[in-house]
Amino acid sequence: MAMTSLKSRLPALIALLLLGACAADGGAGRGAVAAGAKLADAGAAAEDALPPKDPYPSRYRPAAHAPFAIRNVTIWDGRGHEWKNGAILVRDHRIVAVGPESEVAIPEGVEVIDGAGGHVTPGIIDVHSHLGVYPSPSLQATSDGNEITDPNTAEVWAEHSVWPQDPGFIRALAGGVTTLQILPGSANLFGGRSVVLKNVRARTVQEMKFPGAPYGLKMACGENPKRLYGSKGRKPSTRMGNFAGYRTAWIAAQDYRRQWAEYLKKREKGERAKPPKRDLELETLAGVLDGEILVHMHCYRADEMAQVLDMAREFGYRVSTFHHAVEAYKIADLLAENGVCAAMWADWWGFKLEAYDGIRENVPFVHKAGGCAIVHSDSAVGIQRLNQEAAKAWADGRRAGVDIPKAEAWVWLSYNPARSLGIADVTGSLEPGKAADLVLWNGDPFSVYTKAVQVYIDGVKQWDLLDPAFQPVSDFELGQPGEGDAK
Amino acid sequence: MTRRRSGFGRTGTGGRLAVVLALGLALVATLADGAFARDVPARGRGVAILGGRIVTVADAGVIEEGSILIRDGRIERIVQGIPEDIPRGYLRVHAKDKWVTPGIFAAFSRLGVVEISLARSANDDNVEGGPLHAAFDISWGVNPRATNIAINRIAGITRAAVSPARGDNVFAGYGALIHLGIADDIVTRRKAFAVAYLGDAGAQVAGGARGGAVVYLVTALNDARRYAKLPAEAVFDGIIPRVDAEALGPVVRGEVPLVVHVSRASDITQLIRLKAEIPTLDLVIAGGEEAWLVADDLAKAKIPVILHPFANLPGSFSTLAATQMNAGRLERAGVLFAIADTEADAHNPRLIPQYAGNAVANGLTWDGAIRAITRNPAVIFGVDKDLGSLEAGKIADVVVWDGDPLEVTTRPEAVVIAGELMPMVSRQTELRDRYRDLKPARPFGYIR
Repeated sequence: MAMTSLKSRLPALIALLLLGACAADGGAGRGAVAAGAKLADAGAAAEDALPPKDPYPSRYRPAAHAPFAIRNVTIWDGRGHEWKNGAILVRDHRIVAVGPESEVAIPEGVEVIDGAGGHVTPGIIDVHSHLGVYPSPSLQATSDGNEITDPNTAEVWAEHSVWPQDPGFIRALAGGVTTLQILPGSANLFGGRSVVLKNVRARTVQEMKFPGAPYGLKMACGENPKRLYGSKGRKPSTRMGNFAGYRTAWIAAQDYRRQWAEYLKKREKGERAKPPKRDLELETLAGVLDGEILVHMHCYRADEMAQVLDMAREFGYRVSTFHHAVEAYKIADLLAENGVCAAMWADWWGFKLEAYDGIRENVPFVHKAGGCAIVHSDSAVGIQRLNQEAAKAWADGRRAGVDIPKAEAWVWLSYNPARSLGIADVTGSLEPGKAADLVLWNGDPFSVYTKAVQVYIDGVKQWDLLDPAFQPVSDFELGQPGEGDAK
Repeated sequence: MTRRRSGFGRTGTGGRLAVVLALGLALVATLADGAFARDVPARGRGVAILGGRIVTVADAGVIEEGSILIRDGRIERIVQGIPEDIPRGYLRVHAKDKWVTPGIFAAFSRLGVVEISLARSANDDNVEGGPLHAAFDISWGVNPRATNIAINRIAGITRAAVSPARGDNVFAGYGALIHLGIADDIVTRRKAFAVAYLGDAGAQVAGGARGGAVVYLVTALNDARRYAKLPAEAVFDGIIPRVDAEALGPVVRGEVPLVVHVSRASDITQLIRLKAEIPTLDLVIAGGEEAWLVADDLAKAKIPVILHPFANLPGSFSTLAATQMNAGRLERAGVLFAIADTEADAHNPRLIPQYAGNAVANGLTWDGAIRAITRNPAVIFGVDKDLGSLEAGKIADVVVWDGDPLEVTTRPEAVVIAGELMPMVSRQTELRDRYRDLKPARPFGYIR
């Protein structure tokens, strides 16, 4: 799976970050060029240079922080374990130790936070957000999430639309969201590239970008593309039209890859060769065929997901995750066999026909089948309480006979989303060596009355319910009615 | 289970419904665990809910272990403990360690009028481009067999205000009150309230500015008053058509509430002023994201608010001060308010208890929260004499929950609407049961 390519890159990158190295020098952090080719100087852009893989590199650097420990808490590690009377030790942006208090040695001089009977979980990862591209306020002027001008806009990148000042990021932070994938909207067959962000306050998107996270490609099934373009009297206007559109594009991407491969072969032999003309749309699609870009596909219906799986086989790529998979429960076995994640709502249904068969047990039924179940939001409101969404799904699953511990259900909120995004090696669970992306809750995270008290990203405190100094106010809200008020 | 539908088609009558009820309950009984046994009822039988933690939302407060006896659709009596003199033939619902509350009253919804939001042919919630505005009457479109009725019923919603959505006019038309029981007609009050849009939304349909929307609204109300005094044959030349002028009569006379959508504090201030000028108006605010900024004025003017506690984003320049603290602050100021989805959700009014629970997490009292989803909507729509609390003589809408009803992990175990125990099945539970086992002996299409 695509995670393996990241696996090889990430430790090096994190080491660079921790050393304070600057990854901006030509994008050394992420394989800046295609495999086998030499690093090109980003500034020079020689004519025979390969297309840059990371022209807008992450400039995220976690701030320095003192080591700390949280004790006297129940810990859910995000992999299904629960430790009552647990403790966790954090140093240099990473988790050093986690487990029962008796087994976590807290060195002298380390600040100890008494969790006072609360809970600690991994930070929530939302694989489906439009924060920043559809920010608050929602005006025509801020509507930057759907390039609704062509069924194939694989060439657009969500990060070029993200407004880091969206107050929605701060509301999501208060809900314990530490990482989120920003997707372009679902109007198109190919909506464009996603970007994975750390939920930190920054002036630029680059300073929020999750180092080393693979890009995603947003694709959409069903009603949205056919409704939008069909109403304009153009292709696609049917589901079969949708598939013709996808397949035509994949064929073009195969050809584009072939052109580059031929060029590289000639160059390796020392022959003079002119590189193919860059095509942003096909670069993204070819990136999927290369396994470097993960497919995130908006797809509700079971039968349609099965069609997509066949198409992926036809063209030799993988689907990372079906988003909004309202009918995943009907093919939970098929999804599990194919190793495809399903990102779902707890109980949304009926707003469109392809959401008509929603049931409250969708998430637990996918889990029961051995699949990769994810609770996602697709909402600036829903993202604020994904813990409650998971709780509802857990509760309904239990009543339907899927009786799993709450700590196991937390995989829907952190570890499985991290798998979906190809970042599970560095975040998504509380394990030694992983990023200290974690939340201290003031009670059971599956209770409606519980709130995130403190939220840490890479060990740096980003939110504190009890300390206004850690309650950020976006530029937009500064000097406005309600500024700095409890939200 | 196959037998359940074999005797009748989908296009049934009241008689069929009774059969569904009985058989549906048989199904419930087989699904319920032993700790919560239920009898199979017949229509019109008494019901006894025994030994639960009864949240009356009335003067009696919370009865830690009490029983409710129900007969002929109404609450006969509520007693401490478990009475020994339960009449023969009463269905017994054992509620020990369970919570018992009045049914949830969805103060703003589109239950029964929208099947699929995005399919125009499958919803009847608004009019655009037609001859009617204020005269639109949503009650004619209410479908008691809509899937959202059963889906929300088994989640504890027993009553709802069904509201028209915004059309192409400041006035959206008349909403209705419904029950979520099983009947051929679930409308309990037609033209129960009128709906108007001011603020951003009203401005949009009135030429682009608030000054247009409010003047239009006031002129229309004056037209309605003038129309009422016109001789039958006289020519009417108002800003609104004759049909709308006639329809607005009950609004100007204060016989029905006028629910006005507004968000911004300044819009609310202007509405308070409007009410001072036209004191007969029974104004209700829906939305009210910035209401807390003018909470004292609202309390003084006795204008209630229907609000959504999740509203905390500056989604527009009218909601810059939106906060989840809204409900708690209105409570402390003494404003009457109800909690609902103020966009009038068609599919998930069942989440109203979750909304209320979140308001508690943000400064509202628990008592205030439960009142805001049971009794307060009944007060706002003028039906609290019969509904909204558990008291002898009131219509028996009762829900038995397996825990704190505001918790997201709690679900109803029994739902009584107007004295009848409801089957705990819906299209969603049927889909769930069809796909429980992904390797069935027969193709899925045969599993019922």
